[in-house]
Amino acid sequence: MMENERRVVSVILQNEASALSRITDLFSARGYNIESLTVAPIPESKYSRLTIATSGSVRVIEQITKQLHKLIPVLRVYEHADLVEKEMAMVKFPITENLSDIETLSKAYNGKIVNVGNDMIIAMVADEPKRVSHYLEAVKRFNPKEIVRSGTVALER
Amino acid sequence: MQMSGAQMVIEALKHEGVDTVFGYPGGAIMNVYDEIYKQDDFQHILTRHEQAAVHAAEGYAKVTGKVGVAMVTSGPGFTNAVTGIADAYMDSIPLVVISGQVPMSLIGTDAFQEIDSVGISRSCTKHNYLVTDAADLPRVLKEAFYLAATGRPGPVHVDIPKDVTAQIAEFDYSRPVEMETYKPTTKGNARQIKKAIDAIAAAKRPLLYLGGGIISANAAEEVRAFAKLTGIPAVETFMARGTMGADNPLVISMLGMHGSYAANMAMSETDLVIGLGARFDDRVTGKLSEFAKNADVIHVDIDPASISKLVNAEYPIVGDVKYVVEEMTALAQGKIDAERFAPWLETIEHFNKLHPLGYDEEPGVIKPQWVIERIGQLLGEKANISTDVGQHQMWTAQFYPFSRPRQFISSGGLGTMGFGFPAAMGVKRGDMERVSINVTGDGSILMNIQELMTSVEYKLPVINVILNNHFLGMVRQWQTLFYDKRYSETDLSMQPNWVGLVESFGGVGYNVETKEEFDAALKDAVEKNVVAMINVNVSRFENVLPMVPAGGSLFNMMLEYKDK
Repeated sequence: MMENERRVVSVILQNEASALSRITDLFSARGYNIESLTVAPIPESKYSRLTIATSGSVRVIEQITKQLHKLIPVLRVYEHADLVEKEMAMVKFPITENLSDIETLSKAYNGKIVNVGNDMIIAMVADEPKRVSHYLEAVKRFNPKEIVRSGTVALER
Repeated sequence: MQMSGAQMVIEALKHEGVDTVFGYPGGAIMNVYDEIYKQDDFQHILTRHEQAAVHAAEGYAKVTGKVGVAMVTSGPGFTNAVTGIADAYMDSIPLVVISGQVPMSLIGTDAFQEIDSVGISRSCTKHNYLVTDAADLPRVLKEAFYLAATGRPGPVHVDIPKDVTAQIAEFDYSRPVEMETYKPTTKGNARQIKKAIDAIAAAKRPLLYLGGGIISANAAEEVRAFAKLTGIPAVETFMARGTMGADNPLVISMLGMHGSYAANMAMSETDLVIGLGARFDDRVTGKLSEFAKNADVIHVDIDPASISKLVNAEYPIVGDVKYVVEEMTALAQGKIDAERFAPWLETIEHFNKLHPLGYDEEPGVIKPQWVIERIGQLLGEKANISTDVGQHQMWTAQFYPFSRPRQFISSGGLGTMGFGFPAAMGVKRGDMERVSINVTGDGSILMNIQELMTSVEYKLPVINVILNNHFLGMVRQWQTLFYDKRYSETDLSMQPNWVGLVESFGGVGYNVETKEEFDAALKDAVEKNVVAMINVNVSRFENVLPMVPAGGSLFNMMLEYKDK
């Protein structure tokens, strides 16, 4: 058995109705795994960029890139090897928690407090996916009420 | 020029040179059908079920090499068509399927006869479109025909809401297709081709492994020439039957689950597989780890995703098999000594003699294999042979002497029962000169029997030969071998009056109990040139052999099994 590896694949595809579902359908129909998926239009173009974090053996990853490229609206597929990868997370804490500790911790992970309400505060971090996981582990002691992660975005170095 | 969306559909079909549309009208596509009524550029053939319309378009496309066209309405009209679309997708058949949709204002409201057609067809089409503005129709339809026919062919679905078919917009079909994201590679990489030729020159036991892509690419002639020049023997997949021609001394019949002993042994013993337009399907390879274990692989395919999907290719070549084989032939001149492979051909001849493809005759019983051979002897090249799915299909692939590509029309990838008869109708429409035979089973034929009406009405004579064993034969065979003869729901002892059935639609029927009766029935049906059904009662417990049990190794074939 070949070992499964985590890989990040970027897809440039035409902005058109149901283009995104073509991608997700392909993954579900062929039993490929999507760890996270991020999509946004590329400024001043008719294309969008998708960043998909996935995992599989070398053969599976090769099939994923080939099958993605086979979809008609797909212009390019990059399988990244050496890349800068970032993910964002936002966490809601009760205002009664130690706010300065939360702020210090968030700063250590490229983040800050972004909103303060009557009962809750919201902190945001943007960092490598692994470090975002570490942050979420570390802030458990502050009784987070809601957590949202963005999925990864990546650019080749 | 200004026209309605419905008129644009007709104009586009005219520009594409379409002479036949198979279809079934309904509420959402009525505007288009109203325009069909007013035109005489193409013939519309009203099938009696939407699935049959798509199968007929498939048969037409396979026999002619042109794009088949089917037209259906929204909701159930479309969902009925899905099996045919999926069948075409699996076998890479070029089709354009146009469906009506509820008006834009009703989409998403669970309106009467509304279904998310593009959502459903996404996974079984090469591409699909929901057209929301009539101004897009010329571009979309032009792209649809282009996509269906180029690269790896396949079905393209165009869903058009009813109000879009009524909308008026400018029709301009002169603009060339411009798709920045779709550029199939047709010319193979020259360095890779050269490397492949060097590998062939160094091999001792090379084997051509021919797939259906050769037929799609109209490359049979080039492949025959390459085999002749190099003296390399060839095995054909089910989808490639007819590529080499039955009389060709270099062809070793079909390989795979029901392939011949010689073909499967050749694949097991080869040191270099030369895969041309074949996709290493599980029914061909058997156990992957044992497949051509000692061989390197050259794999030529227009679809990069097919290469190294299942079997690693040392020499991957993406390109149109026609061009690539032409290049290979030019490079092989004077470089590959055909004599070198003489001992290999002798080995294969030995395999052939050891276990030739055959069957045991029994007095007073018609063997199904005999029926296939007999049709071959009586009609040979003059017939196009379609089949349904099951034992009869495998016997046809094994025993019919196919002499040319596009002579054998069958459902390979999806294995769709009910395919044969409507497909044979489409075949007849595409090739009126030849006899259209549908070899079928008593299970399969009932799955689209309503097409007797279409066949009679449009004078598309198909001779349905039912190899009737009163069983769902292939399932029964598996139940015999792997389920201790528990024939769960496969006994079809209850039978219709076949002759009465076909006659009630205006065709001709025959019940056949002897070989003489079969000869007479076939001769009569061919001469009368009418829709016919020849019900042949064949031996009930015959098995398709050889057989490689699913997941088994190709060299480990079941060669004999006597059912008591």
